This record gives sequence, structure tokens and C-alpha cells, in this order.
Amino acid sequence: MTILLKAARLVDPVAGRNGVFDVLILDGLVRRVGTDLAAAGARVVRLPDACVVAPGFIDMHVHLREPGQEYKETIASGTAAAAAGGFTAVACMPNTDPVNDTASVTEFILKRAAEAGSVRVYPIGAVSVGSKGEHLTEVADLRAAGCVALSDDGRPVATALLMRRAVEYASMFGMPVIDHCEDPSLKGDGVAHEGAVAGLLGLKGIPGPAESIMVERDIAVAEMTGGSVHVAHMSARQSLRAVRAGKERGVRVTAEVTPHHFTLTEAALAERGGFDTNTKMNPPLREEADRAAMTEGLRDGSIDAIATDHAPHHADEKALEFDHAPFGIVGLETAVPICLDRLVHAGIIGLPRLVELLSANPARILGVPGGTIAEGAPADLTILAPDRTVTVQASAFRSKSRNTPFDGWTLKGAVAATVVGGRVAYVNGAALDPAGLWA
Amino acid sequence: MPVVMDADRMSRSLARIAHEILERNRGVDRLALVGIRSRGVPLAARLARELQALTGTTVPTGALDITLYRDDLMRHAVGPQPVIRRTEIPFSIDDRVILLVDDVLYTGRTIRAALDALIDFGRPRAIQLIALVDRGHRELPIRADYVGRNIPTSQQQSVQVRLVEIDGRDEVEVEG
Amino acid sequence: MSTATTLRSRHLLGIAGLEPDEIDLILDTALAMKEIATRPIKKVPTLRGRTIMNLFFEASTRTRMSFELAEKRLSADTLGMTTSGSSMSKGETLADTARTLEAMAPDMIVMRHGASGAPHQLARICRASIINAGDGMHEHPTQALLDAFTIREHKGRLGGLRVAIVGDLAHSRVLRSNARLLTRMGASVVACGPATLVPPGLEALGVRVTTSMDAAVDGADVVMMLRVQHERMHGLYFPSVREYFTLYGLTPARLARAASDAIVMHPGPMNRGVEIDSAVADGPWSVILDQVANGVAVRMAVLYLLAGGDERADASAA
Repeated sequence: MTILLKAARLVDPVAGRNGVFDVLILDGLVRRVGTDLAAAGARVVRLPDACVVAPGFIDMHVHLREPGQEYKETIASGTAAAAAGGFTAVACMPNTDPVNDTASVTEFILKRAAEAGSVRVYPIGAVSVGSKGEHLTEVADLRAAGCVALSDDGRPVATALLMRRAVEYASMFGMPVIDHCEDPSLKGDGVAHEGAVAGLLGLKGIPGPAESIMVERDIAVAEMTGGSVHVAHMSARQSLRAVRAGKERGVRVTAEVTPHHFTLTEAALAERGGFDTNTKMNPPLREEADRAAMTEGLRDGSIDAIATDHAPHHADEKALEFDHAPFGIVGLETAVPICLDRLVHAGIIGLPRLVELLSANPARILGVPGGTIAEGAPADLTILAPDRTVTVQASAFRSKSRNTPFDGWTLKGAVAATVVGGRVAYVNGAALDPAGLWA
Repeated sequence: MPVVMDADRMSRSLARIAHEILERNRGVDRLALVGIRSRGVPLAARLARELQALTGTTVPTGALDITLYRDDLMRHAVGPQPVIRRTEIPFSIDDRVILLVDDVLYTGRTIRAALDALIDFGRPRAIQLIALVDRGHRELPIRADYVGRNIPTSQQQSVQVRLVEIDGRDEVEVEG
Repeated sequence: MSTATTLRSRHLLGIAGLEPDEIDLILDTALAMKEIATRPIKKVPTLRGRTIMNLFFEASTRTRMSFELAEKRLSADTLGMTTSGSSMSKGETLADTARTLEAMAPDMIVMRHGASGAPHQLARICRASIINAGDGMHEHPTQALLDAFTIREHKGRLGGLRVAIVGDLAHSRVLRSNARLLTRMGASVVACGPATLVPPGLEALGVRVTTSMDAAVDGADVVMMLRVQHERMHGLYFPSVREYFTLYGLTPARLARAASDAIVMHPGPMNRGVEIDSAVADGPWSVILDQVANGVAVRMAVLYLLAGGDERADASAA
């Protein structure tokens, strides 16, 4: 099938394009990008003027819960949520049941993704067997099976020695180690950010340095080994300081931040009577100074990527007492509207920078294709309607889970359509007439 | 709004009631006064003074808040709880003749509550009821033993008793 | 007397939801309730036919008995449910327990639970009025109210008093509720404990914080001692009971620095020799047993004020 996108507004910083272009797609691949293109027998598509076409967004931190916790989410429902969220690819964390620490689990995930998935799935393998922090996994095997990175997410990489070995070993395969940075002794049994709000609500606190201490450890390990380290879901301003300093020294450290960490603060825990478990996640929502630091880091380039840490949980589990409810919120279907509203429309960053954060940099860090609309590459496109207002409606989520603090929020910026390998994986009927696209 | 009793009339009624009390009970022996809050309390104090002047004896006097015994308390779906004030009965009521004092006797429900409250304090020999005004429309089989003035009213009307101790002046008004 | 005649919310989840006029109303009502304990028949029929369930997920003798007595004195029908440990250890969630109870249509539920925020969760599920008898480290509103009642009883007022609260501040719901109530009513509060046990957020309430016991007690009108659990040593909060007592124990010598007519309070149960010297606990400054007596009256007042009317807006759940 040949599709000719005529006069589309392209934002593609890697290719140096920010303007009106034609894109010719043939059999799922981008054939040409240029102006005044023509193709015989092509289906000509003119998007509404307000739409913007970007290289497909990649969420590099997602929990798909399959195998083992299918009641919360499956690869099918999680990828459907991703497509609805404007993502053409997700990297899924290994803390499934069983943990993705062997090729067989990786293969299972990829098989399910091929059968039922709506978008590309890049598995992240465990650093240690069972993520127990004792023995290295068979990294080469995991790599061969399709893993793109290593992480023990859910937990920190247990010791400096293990982190060192993992980074050294993984560097042979060009794989980054992604760390959930947290010192367990400082975290203790904390459930919220250690600050005035948790202090008055009587909730045990997790101080910012519980995260930054590990960030500093990992930067030292990266520096020592020359390997690459990626800080997952950064939240504390002390962590950002360390990452900035590390980058200035030339250390190969990258970092991601979630939309909730640059949008919400600990104040959310006291709202509406307080103790809403949809404000409970790890790392927790911190102080305004931390939130502002994350925003600044996105602006000045110290932070490389935005990733949702999409963590579905069943309603019964989130209905427990705050202390006992599991950490985490879903994020795939709210990320893009929040980014457009709170970053682009707020004047903090422009669309090209957003595309770096959501597409170019995740692709580069994970070493996966994408991040730019390149001739000869699969046509993975995220089509945005940046001026369209949406109201978040958790009950309409494609994810199996509804644990979000953003329900009912009105945001300016929407996903219009998601195209994976030339196939329309999702179209937002309110922003775009599906008949105007292609089947 | 017609004033049906002025200060002078009220004072004479109380004096007359004091005499009636003495006559009926053949003296002050074993008597005690309990005023029902709020306006029964100053009235009880005045009667105590009358009896003191007539007999030279101080009749023990207490104050009773009947709010917790009301039968209409928890039946309102909406509405503020009536504010409770202290009950102070600093003497044993066992075997005494208790003179209950209230300003207006109307449906009788307040007195019913007061009787329930008193029974929880002990076992009096007898309870007699003094009302400054009896306005009729009893809903329970309650009657006053001593009445300042009978004032027939319709149920739309209200009777306001004002006392110097609380309102700065003595008068009884019928409104409506 | 208070200008309020009713409480705005149908729950008592914390001092956080109470305005000063409501606090006054509860204390004034408690004064009237206290007199009932002096009668031969210590009972009034006010809550006759009302059903009150006492859910105590944490072991507690004095608070539970105090509530039960308050309920019985108001002639309510009371049911007690005690479990040790969280509901999860029984396999049933709090939400399910709440729904089960709701099906039996209680008028009021008094709950003590180990998790902060548990009564707020209950209030979202149940139609009954919820009274928080202590949730985790968060609030213990009836304790703060009976403490305020006791202070007012001995000092005649709350405004302008200097109150020192000493002990394991970080884990204390009694501190949080008292700090809120006392500052709201115009007292000046200084909180004192080892640096390892000072939680963030107290200054936001207008509380002064110090790690010096002498500075805290100096000139205080009220010295309130909090219980310190031995288990805290395992969390590395302080090295030994001996050292804790040396630095933060209330002895007669320390108390001499307070105002000459200072009163000593403790929510109980006391750890003699850990936070408080027996000479002080049993001495003339101690009003600890008054607190217990007043607890029944204050709880009667709360039950009475919440029992009428069920259409009021849930100000604290908003």
C-alpha cells in the first residue's frame, strides 16, 4: 500500500526538519520525505492543518505485567493503551512473574507482542537472577533473545559491585543498565516523600537523598567503567544536580523523568480529604523545588527522556489503606496531553525538544530504531493535535487499570493518531476523521 | 404584642405561689426547688427567696438541664443539636418533695423529660410542678400544681417570658 | 460559651477539620456531660436505640473502654470488634470489613487503626458517622480534645498558654492532633525530642521545635509527655533508654524549670523511667488521671454532637 502524506507539519529534530513536508510511505516503510512529492496509485492523505507529525514516541519505562499479573494488564491491553497514548513502541520492565531473567521469558513476551500487541515491544532484561541482586543474568542470551537494556526495576541494583559488573558486562553488548535508584536503608518502609505533607499526615517518609545517593553511586560506577548508566524515573533535585555534574565531566549517564514528577507535588497527598492512593508511587511526589528542578532539567537538556513508568494496579489493590496499597500509577494514556499542556503550551519547551525527549533520545539510549522519520526506516509516526483540549476519562482507558491521579483533568493537547510500520494503530476520532487516514 | 403580665403582676403571682406551697406542704420541711433551664432557674431562685422571707429557712435549690432527656432530640433529620448546659443538683433528692419550676407549661413534654431526669437522681417522696404561665394544649397527662396565670392561647401563638436575670426586664408577652 | 450549635461535618476524622468554635462547642458540651458521672444513675437516655460499633484494629484498653463507657452512659447499643494486626492479616480488606458493617447499618463507627488515613477511607464507604480513635501516626482527635478540656479545667483557658510536648514526635498522632488544636486555640506550642525523632511539617503548624528539653520546659504552663516505645531503639532513633531518660526524661528537677503552677500530662500508658519519673507521674503536678476521667465526658460530648442530623455536608471529606 502506498500512502502519500501531503503537506504535513513535521517536527523531526534529528533530521533537522521543522516545517511542512510530504511523506511517502510504501509497504510500511518511509520511502521519501520531501516537498512536492507525487506517487502514482498512492492514497493521498491531507491531515488537518493543526496536526503535527513526529517520529513515533517511545516509552522506555513501562510495566506490561505479563507474564504473571495479567489481572492488572496484559501485553495486549498495555500496548493498546500505548497506541492510544501516541506511543509506537514501549520498553517493558522485567519485574514480571516470573522475572524476565532468561531468554525464554523474553521470547514469551515477544511472541505475545507479535500476536496481540498494538505497538512495538522492546523487553528490558533483569540485571540479576530473579532481580535478587546476587548473580548476573545471562546477558548475552537475553540480548540474543531481544532484550535492549538491563534493569532490576522495582528494586535498586543491589550493590556497587553488582552495578559495576553489570555495567562492564553489558557494555560489551552496547546495552545500558537502567537503575531504579534508591538506598533501601534510607527508604525504609516509607510510603511518601519525607516532607511537611507526609509529616503532618503521619506517613513514613522517603527523603530525596535516598534516590540521589544511589544516583551518585551509579555515576561513579559509570565513570569508573566507562559504561553507560540510565537513571530511571528521576524525582529529586539532588539527583538532577548529580546527573548534571556527571554529564559535565563526560560520564555516560542519562536520565528520564515521568510526567507526574514534573506536574504534581506532595501537596496532592493532602487533597480531597487526603490519602488518595493514586498519589502513591515510588519514587514519591516530592516538593515544589523538586518538581521545578525536573522541569528545568527538561528545558536545559540535563534530562534526556520522558518515560511514564506506567504501573497498572487493580482497583482492589489501590483500595487498601495508604500504607498497604502498592506503589504506582498508569501513565501511557495521559503522558502526551500532560506534556503538551504543561511543557509546550506552558512555554517551557518547544515541540522539537519534546520530540527529542519522547522519541529521539529514548531510541538512542536503548539503541533501537526510530527517533526520526528516516528514508528506508519503518513508518512509525505519532500524529498530534496540539491545540485540541481533552478531558482525562479513566473509565475510558484501554489499559485494564485505572489508577491515575489525573482523572477529570482538562488538558490542552491530544494524540490524533498513532502509526506503527505504516499501520494505523490508533486514531482519535474527536481529533481526526478516521476516514481521512487509511485502513 | 400584648403584654399579659407585667413585673408587678409576676411578682405578686410568685408571692402567692410561695404561700400556696407552704399551705399545701404544711411548711418547708423536706422541700427542695429545682428550676428547669433556662428560665425556670431564676424563677426557682426567686421562690427560694420568698420562702426564706416567709419562714427564715433556706430551701435547697438546684438547676436541671433536660436536653439529654428530650423525646424530640434524635428525631430531626436535619438540625443543630440543642446546646447542653450543666445540671447542678448539689443535694440528695431522696425522700424530698421536689418543686419543679418552669416558666411556661405547654405540651407537657419538657416536664415529662424533667421527671425522667429526676428519677435518675434518686427517689423523691413527691414531685410538684410550678409554672409561671399555663398556656394549655397539653399532649401528655401532666398538670401543674401551682400556676402564676392561666393564659389560653392558640397553637400559632407563642408565649415569651422575660426575666430581669436573663433579659433585663420582667414581663410575659403573647406573640402572634 | 461557643457560638456554634452544631458540628459542620458528620465525622470526626481529625482536628484538621475543626474550627475553633466547634472545638469550644465540644468542650462546653463535655462540661455538661462530666456532671453525669457524679449522679447515682450515671446514664441518660439520649442515644437510646442508636447502634455504635467500636472497631479497634490496634490493641487499646483505655481508649476502647473510655468510648464504650461514653456510649453506654448515653444509652446507646455498643458492639466491639477487636483484631490485632491489620485486616490484611485476616485476609479481609478494610474496605470489605467496612462494607460488611455498613450492611448492618450502624449509626456511628468508632475506629482505631494502624494505618494513617484509614478512617478517611471508611468515611468514603460508610454512611455512618465515623469517629477516629487514632489512625497510624496521623491524628487522635478525642485525645487532643480531652487534653484541651483538662488544660482548660486547670488553667481556665487555652489561649496564651505555653505548652511543651516532649517525646517521640515523629511517630505520635497525639502530638499532631494536640499541635493542631492548641495552636488553633491560641496557645503557643514547643515540641521537643531527639533530632532523629523530629518530623518535618511542625513549623508549618506554628509549632516551635527544639532538641533541648530544658529549653522546652522553661516557663511552660503545661508539660505533656509522649510515650516512647522501646522498639524505636531498633530503628536507630536513640541508643538506649538510659540515654533517652537522661536527655528527655521528665524529672522533678527538670520540672522545676517550668512555671510554678505547671501541670504535667501524659496520654498513657506511661513508661515510668523512660519518659517520665515516677515522682512526677504520681506527684501533685500530674493531671494524668484527670485526663482519663475527662476522656469519658469528652467522648460523650462528641458522640452526642455527631449523633443528631445526618444530612450535614462532610466538610472534612470534601
